[in-house]
Amino acid sequence: MRFLALIFISILCFACTEADDTGPEYEATPSPLEIPQLFRDKLIPPVVPADNPQTVEGIALGKKLFFDPILSADGTQACASCHNPQNAFTDERQFSIGIDGIAGNRNSMPIFNMAWNFNEEFFWDGRAATLEVQALEPVTNPIEMHNTWENASASLLADAEYPELFEAAFGTRAINSDLATKALAQFMRTLISANSRFDKYLLGELELTPSEANGLEVFMDESRGDCFHCHGNPNNPLWTDNIFHNNGLDATITDKGRGNVTGDPREFGLFKTPSLRNLAYTAPYMHDGRFATLDEVIDHYSEGLVYSETIDPLMKTVAEGGVQLTEQDKADLKAFLLSLSDPSFINNPNFRAPD
Amino acid sequence: MTKIALLTLIAIVAFGCNNDDDTTATPVSVDLRFTHNWDGDAIANSDFDQIQYTNAHGEQLSLSKLVYLISDVTFTNSSGVAFDAGDYNLVNVREQSNLTFTPNVQIPPGDYNVTFTFGFDDEDNIDGVYQDLNSADGGWNVPMMLGGGYHYMRMEGKFIDNTAAEIGYAYHTIRAADTSTTPVTTQDTSFEVDLGTVTIGNNTEIEVEMNVAEWYKNPNEWNLNDLHTVLMPNFMAQIMMSQNGTSVFSRGTVTQN
Repeated sequence: MRFLALIFISILCFACTEADDTGPEYEATPSPLEIPQLFRDKLIPPVVPADNPQTVEGIALGKKLFFDPILSADGTQACASCHNPQNAFTDERQFSIGIDGIAGNRNSMPIFNMAWNFNEEFFWDGRAATLEVQALEPVTNPIEMHNTWENASASLLADAEYPELFEAAFGTRAINSDLATKALAQFMRTLISANSRFDKYLLGELELTPSEANGLEVFMDESRGDCFHCHGNPNNPLWTDNIFHNNGLDATITDKGRGNVTGDPREFGLFKTPSLRNLAYTAPYMHDGRFATLDEVIDHYSEGLVYSETIDPLMKTVAEGGVQLTEQDKADLKAFLLSLSDPSFINNPNFRAPD
Repeated sequence: MTKIALLTLIAIVAFGCNNDDDTTATPVSVDLRFTHNWDGDAIANSDFDQIQYTNAHGEQLSLSKLVYLISDVTFTNSSGVAFDAGDYNLVNVREQSNLTFTPNVQIPPGDYNVTFTFGFDDEDNIDGVYQDLNSADGGWNVPMMLGGGYHYMRMEGKFIDNTAAEIGYAYHTIRAADTSTTPVTTQDTSFEVDLGTVTIGNNTEIEVEMNVAEWYKNPNEWNLNDLHTVLMPNFMAQIMMSQNGTSVFSRGTVTQN
């Protein structure tokens, strides 16, 4: 009996050894995110899932997919159609138009510094728990690309180049939504913006103008703008808390926002704080793109707030419409906000459509 | 001869060490569990955004956010020897995060006086140096115009004011800053919380209770109509909040699992 047991154990060990001999799983060429000095100094590390590390081949594939209309049902619309690099990867239209000519009801979100969204809640209402999950939706959304992932995968499989690119990125030609969204997420994580005038000021490379400097004071002053409690500060140069707030846009809530996701009435009308980076390129503003200019945005917080049940307590003097900034403070606040824009980001050749 | 003497010495030392090991208990870590109540009524996530509390001055109010920082949990034995990891914990009551904190220090079991600091004392309150706090909650920082550093607490919600209107409040505690002087004069308004003597065993958990109502009660009865917003640059408000804070915390149950 013992002899049999020994033989059995030997077989098991042999089997294990055989399995080990098949070698490690396929690994593409690692390409870790290049973390800007400011982020490295000030912030915790970016979020990169263990099951989707950044690789040269994965990023290249994601970039090709991002700019390729092949993912849409009729082959006319790419991610970049509504996420234009020149607009910091958002859409200059209030609402993007899908392949069937139908408009959405929320403004396209810009895409940058996605790996520093530590809460990992993507979209205006935070309904996607990872960047990979986020990338799933536009392909199948009936008012966007209106495709199925089965169709999209089949199109990619039938393409002359993609099977080889997937194999290079993931070691397989078995194309599916999981791998396609992993590649898209890898590319989106490379879209890092940290080279604005204000970044250079923080790095000691330049001085702010007097107007920008006063604008920063307005931004940080609880008795004036008090913007920093939701929009970050020089020690959090993401310029967003990535949390959900009702910022006093409407007396009657028609889009429940975060509340649609959680079902919690306390969150009806809450939307994610957008980053203030790259405002020079991301008009129109707010979740529904209602404001065409930055001046309108500043006026809203200064005089335009309206009460609704879930309005954030940080919205001050709502009965008077807001914080009542002087015209000079408004102008200076705008100058400061524009100093957060990063022309090198929108002109980065690495973020353009591949040849 | 020398070698034999050396070996003998090593053996004695080794034996001596063994003997010590046998008599010294293994150092342990200690858990602190933070619970929150309003004059005894436990506060859960579902209690947020409900105007259901009445403060000592008589205003009805809700909580929408309650996040606070504690630091420097210190265990001092009867000989006066203090054990302190020097670390900190950011409690988010609504999100129920970091409600249990294990200071990164190992101490021999025994009786200790346990204290912690509400907020950061000046030694720790250094602008921008804590990456996790910079990254938390959109930045847990205090503007440089107020001396920089970090918030101690953000308590926010709404109350019914003396015109029956529902308006927001932001009871934010920081190091007090007098902006009427150049440079800004600051005063450390963090305070030590003394949890008394606790017997620490192998798996000790100390409950730390926060009675939120106390922030509005004692010694300064808080009138939200007068003091509900722009409290960060209000030097006297920060002093009063610090005074009220000293009666907010108490030791709850101590469990030895």
